[in-house]
Formats: sequence, C-alpha cells, structure tokens
Amino acid sequence: MSEWLEATFSQHRPRAIAALTRYFRDIDLAEDAFAEACLKAVAEWTENGRPRDGLAWLLTTARNAGLDQLRKTRRRQDILSRHRLDLEPVPPVPPDPDALRDDVLRLLFICCHPRLDPQDQIAIALKIVGGLTVDEIARGFLVKPKAMEQRLTRAKKKIAASHVAFETPTPQERNRRLGKVSLMVYLMFNEGWSTSGGDAQIRLTLCEEAIRLARLLVGLFPGMGEQSALLALLLLQHARRDARSDAAGRLVPLDAQDRTRWDRANISEGLALLQKVERINHQGPYRVQAAIAATHARAGSDETTDWPLIEAHYAALYALQPTPVVRLNLIAAQARTLGPAAALERMASVAEELDRYRWFHAMRGSLLQQVGEPAAAIDAFEAALALGPTAPERVAVEEKIALCRKNLRQL
Amino acid sequence: MLYAITIYGEAGVFDTLPKARQDEVMAGHGALQEALGARGEFVSIKLMPPTSAVMLDPAQEAGQPPLIVDGPFAETKESFLGFYAAEFADLEEALQFAGMISSPVARLEVRPVAWAGGAISSG
Repeated sequence: MSEWLEATFSQHRPRAIAALTRYFRDIDLAEDAFAEACLKAVAEWTENGRPRDGLAWLLTTARNAGLDQLRKTRRRQDILSRHRLDLEPVPPVPPDPDALRDDVLRLLFICCHPRLDPQDQIAIALKIVGGLTVDEIARGFLVKPKAMEQRLTRAKKKIAASHVAFETPTPQERNRRLGKVSLMVYLMFNEGWSTSGGDAQIRLTLCEEAIRLARLLVGLFPGMGEQSALLALLLLQHARRDARSDAAGRLVPLDAQDRTRWDRANISEGLALLQKVERINHQGPYRVQAAIAATHARAGSDETTDWPLIEAHYAALYALQPTPVVRLNLIAAQARTLGPAAALERMASVAEELDRYRWFHAMRGSLLQQVGEPAAAIDAFEAALALGPTAPERVAVEEKIALCRKNLRQL
Repeated sequence: MLYAITIYGEAGVFDTLPKARQDEVMAGHGALQEALGARGEFVSIKLMPPTSAVMLDPAQEAGQPPLIVDGPFAETKESFLGFYAAEFADLEEALQFAGMISSPVARLEVRPVAWAGGAISSG
C-alpha cells in the first residue's frame, strides 16, 4: 500500500512544498512539515480511506505540523523575525489554483539562483521539488553521495540567503521566471540524456524528472506555447531511449536505431502537443527543436527522413540562436542534403570556435571517412577521443578508427 | 446491455509508481482485454495526458463557430484517464469484469451507455 501512497505524495510534492514555502518563507521547514504530513497521511488514509482532496489535506496537515514545530523550537525567532505568521492552527482551506501556480513557479525559480552553477540548480530542484534522495541525485550525476550532499548543503545555504519576492509576480516577471525555469528543465533532461564523462550514457531518472517538471509547467500555464513545445521536445527525444544503446551498452546512432523500439505513446503525445503549439502559431527555439525531433519521429527509416525539412528547421533555429553548435547541426543536416564534401567545406566556418567540442571532431571524422580519406578521419577521431568522451562514445569512436585502419590497409 | 467502464485518477501518479507496481496494473488491463476479446467486440481507449487537450468553448452568438481554446480544461484533482465499452449481460457481470482493472491509482465507474453511432453497436 505504501508505494501507492508514495506515488500520490510525490505527485503532490511540488505544489505542496511551493505553497508551504510561501507560507513559512523557509524551504527547510516546508520540507520537514510536508514529510510529517505524509507520515500522518499513511496512518490516517490507510485507516479511514483517502480524503476527497489529498493536496488540501496534506497542505492543512503540513501547515499545522510546521506551526507546531515553530511553537516548540528555536527556529521560531529566526522565521518570525522575517515575516508575520499567525501561530494558531489553520482550518482546512482548498488551495487557490492561481496562487499555487505562482508558488510552484517561484519555488522552481528559487532553485535557479544565479549564484548556483547550472548543475547545482538542477540538483537542488531534484532534491526540493522532485523529492529525490541524495543517493538518487548522486547516481544521476555520477558522483559519490557524500560529495553530492556537500554540494546540496552549499547550494541550500545560497538559496536560503536569496531574496525572492513573495508577492504575486507581474506578467513580465512571471514570463522571465518561466523562461529561466524552462531552461533549467531542458538542461536537466540533457544532463540525463548525455552527461559529460562517465560510463552510464542515459540517466533515465533525470530525464523522467525533467519530463514531470515540463508537464507540471504545461499544466500550470496551459496557454504558453514554449512550455508545451518543451514538453513535446522532451517526449519525442525520450521516446528513443530504448533504441539508443544495444544489449552490450554501446551507443546506437540515430540512423542505425531500430525504430520499432521507439516509444509510440511518447511520440503520439509529443506530436499532439506540437500540433497544439503550431495552432497557436507560436515561434521559439523549443518549438523548432521539437519540430526537428518530430520529423525524425514521423520517418519510418533513416532513408525516408525528410532531410530538406530538417535542414530548414535548423536554419530557422540558427536564426533564433546563432551559436556555433546550432550551426554544426545545420551542417550535419546539409551533409544529408548536399553531401559530405559540401558539409566538410562548411565545417571550416566553425572549426576555430568548436575546436574543444568533441562532437565537432567526431562528425568531421565521419564525413572524412565518407569522402574516402581514412587517414585524416583517424586524426579527427583521435582529436575527439582526447576531449573526454563518455565510455559508450569512446567505444563507438574506437570502432570507427578500427574501420578506417582496415580501409587504409586495403588502399 | 452496453456498459462503459470509465477510469478516473490523478494524472501522473501511475508514472511515479515503481516498475513492478506499474506492471501489476498493466497485467490487469491485459487480462481484461483478453477476456473481453474472447467474448466479442470491445473498445478500450486510453486518454492522453490532459496537457495535450484542446477545448471547444460554446459560441457566444448563434451562427458563430465554437471558440477553440488551449486546454487542459482545468487543474483538476482527478482526470478522466480512459474507458472500456463492451456488451455485458447485466450490471453484475460488468462489475465483475471491471474488478480486473481495479487498483489504488484509479477509481472506476461502471455505467450503462446507449449506442449513438460508430463501429460498435449494442445491436
């Protein structure tokens, strides 16, 4: 029974912690109070059945548990010096959805504290909002639990000292917060999808948590195209997780993936969301990236992929985000529409900026291999190996080098 | 009589369950679908998460098309997750089959429905 209840608690957690943080102006107390309410719920709900509104029940119980703690402990002075709080027990009130929406956004925004590096922002959001254990987060980032605990403690200290306004945000401020928070969710997914270094290529927990948060944002802000597009993008990407590595744990590139192993439910939902975004005629980077992922998802095979469309999407993305990495992706699409030789020529334009980017060298190696220059390809692949690839990437690149050597001997 | 077994639950809770519990729920659906399939025609529909919904608000004036609004309808505590429709001899039998997919993450409603067009009919 407890696993079912835990799933329910974890579903309520973001909203509950967010509302309690506004109430107490203290994340630690909010977390403690929520944990206590969950404990009470296990006993109460098992005996008397579930309440009609589980979130309202948990919120009321947690508020009273937190107030109880405040009355008893020395935390009281600390928190009461910061804001006025009536210490009398509160009657059950159903939460106000509008306030709750801003509460969740505020809590996520607090996690995106500018003095935290992006990885710590993600880790702290997984801890506070997702309710993951330190061990789970440490596994996601491939670090020792002890090290992760220290990082989280430091990060918590920084955000405890931050001054985020608790008033209802202006529409502009809400948009700004939404943008920052969405980027954090996007980076959380990417961190899970391909961590830099280490041996586990796909860290599903991080990807799944990112999807949950993206879903939460769409639920709270249904009219926002970019958030729906972000959820669509993550779902379309996540659909390929099982096809992305073989039984031996080796990476399988997109063109060689068994597409019957792509998750159809994720794909249909992603495509449905993208159609919604297209209806409201929203334009933005997540939408373009989702459109690229959708083009792959719709293709039955690598050969039948609409490469000119993908090239057009990358060109649109480059107009929105003129970065060398986006340009490299545009060139990768052009390798399919214009051929490897034309793509190699274009790569010179980003060679200097992407000299430390291992994907640049790996892609260059593949193109050189395709135009029949195995010796130069080996040099490029070795440059990629020198830039710290993950273990599965290393295996894939080493296999390509071996193939080039074989070709060299045959020449 | 044609009955619908409608499924309500908190969207997202299922996804949070450990794999073993998810498999238990899915095994119930597998068994129900097999049993219904062996008896005749049935429909089973799984609704996509409410975030993918679009709403049609009634037109304010006669002759106007309905207003299409970005869903979901509301942040509801419980969502309509999916349904089955099949022929059953009586309520007793429908309840017995519905029991195969009963789980702590969902509440089920068993309700007689009338055929109103489409591929399955009560005739």
